[in-house]
Amino acid sequence: MRKLLRRIFLVDLVEGLLVTFRYQHPKYITTEQYPAERPKVAERYRGAPRLNNNPETGETLCIACNLCALACPETLIVVGSERNEQTRRKELTTFTYDTSRCMFCGLCEDACPVDALELTQDFELASYSREGAIWDREMLEDGPRPTKYKY
Amino acid sequence: MADPTFLDSTELVLNMGPQHPSTHGVLRVILKLDGEKVLGTECVIGYLHRGVEKIGENRTYQMFAPYVDRTDYVASVSNGLGYCLAVEKLLNVEAPPRAQAVRVILTELNRISSHLVWLGTHCLDIGAITPLFYTFREREMIMDIYEKYCGARLTTHAFRIGGLQYELYEGFEQECRDLCDWFLPRVDEYEQLLTGNRILVARMTNVGVLTAEDCKAYGVTGPMLRAAGVPWDLRKAQPYSGYEQYEFEIPTGKNGDTYDRYLVRMEEMRQSVRIIRQAADRIPDGPIMAKVPKVIKPPVGEVYVSIEAPKGELGYLIVSDGSTQPYRVRIRPPSFINLQSLDKMARGALVADIVAIIGTIDIVLGEVDR
Repeated sequence: MRKLLRRIFLVDLVEGLLVTFRYQHPKYITTEQYPAERPKVAERYRGAPRLNNNPETGETLCIACNLCALACPETLIVVGSERNEQTRRKELTTFTYDTSRCMFCGLCEDACPVDALELTQDFELASYSREGAIWDREMLEDGPRPTKYKY
Repeated sequence: MADPTFLDSTELVLNMGPQHPSTHGVLRVILKLDGEKVLGTECVIGYLHRGVEKIGENRTYQMFAPYVDRTDYVASVSNGLGYCLAVEKLLNVEAPPRAQAVRVILTELNRISSHLVWLGTHCLDIGAITPLFYTFREREMIMDIYEKYCGARLTTHAFRIGGLQYELYEGFEQECRDLCDWFLPRVDEYEQLLTGNRILVARMTNVGVLTAEDCKAYGVTGPMLRAAGVPWDLRKAQPYSGYEQYEFEIPTGKNGDTYDRYLVRMEEMRQSVRIIRQAADRIPDGPIMAKVPKVIKPPVGEVYVSIEAPKGELGYLIVSDGSTQPYRVRIRPPSFINLQSLDKMARGALVADIVAIIGTIDIVLGEVDR
């Protein structure tokens, strides 16, 4: 009998609709208005790469040990170095990072012994050309450049 | 043989996919139809083939770990766990207890998020659009925990061989508990939306029936096997990563139809919450990484390790020739094996049931094609 009444009065459908209408209140809005409202990504987020400089001297922290290039599964990092004849140490000359092939696994960051290479919180990596996805040392040292949007 | 007349129905061969929205990716199914009845199906796979197993032969053991995340990208953490356990077995090391507890929490969160994707898309296929938004809202919270813990949301690369790379962040346990508290009433809400809904019940009951014998014959595992009434769960059958410490039940169904699989997965989400609560309460202190050499050179040998991924038994067979790169990596993906039962379920069904049957298998094409 109860089952029949439930069927006649469409209780199952009403129950479902109740859930739907409960969420009509504006306080349940979860949509983010993306460019206007930027998401705050986590501290450990693995995004755009950056090559860190020493904040005091402005010199690069990278010691050109090539460990990141060896750790990279996609072999997309190319480290160019030159031996300084006076100090007998390797010095970084070029550093290219192909973000188009990068899968942001973080293995290069883990491999770096001096915390020079870092994956930052910047997540806007689009560019207009394929060449734009290959970052050179200058771009990597500049760090993230968040896109500015006009409204 | 008499000449065909206009009264005879002709068989129609119809292509479904690879761009069909209800095939959950790039699956192509060739349907042989008689009117609305399905006479037979044939799956054409390989549209998403990336040669992951072959890539594994050209990468060192650590380097291959991010790739396995990309086979089943909906449950990447489980993939990572299976691979790490396999290499750890090859090296004969074991992750420290703290790492094991964290691994359990993250994989169970992953089970929930994988089931949420399944629930949303499966119901979307059948015609209920609303649950998708709710399930993705809850999934977002799980993603946030992943993002805070390891820095990525989907293809996480959360585990390393021998343990964990990252220490837990401040307030991880509390966030997990809050998520559990928030999530359980939400499951009831989904049930309120769906379980009694007569349209959904009508479209799910006695659709795609797979008996326990069929499941065993096809090698079907996971919720599909459990829905047929076989309480087989690798977490209980051969516990790994410390699953024997946690109390949970294996939900089973009776008929092995789509509706039973739905109920089993819903209950599994509740059981996962139970495991997460237990694990979050007692994460032991200690190191998170076992002693693993920087250059992994396992001894010559062969291991097979399987875990209970959200979709079924996920196995890794790794053959080592003693060098830094595996000689062969074979992945036993649950989706691929479960998909083979599609023909058995679809024969005699109606065209409209095909989407329900594909949805109920819970396939991810990245895993089917690898």
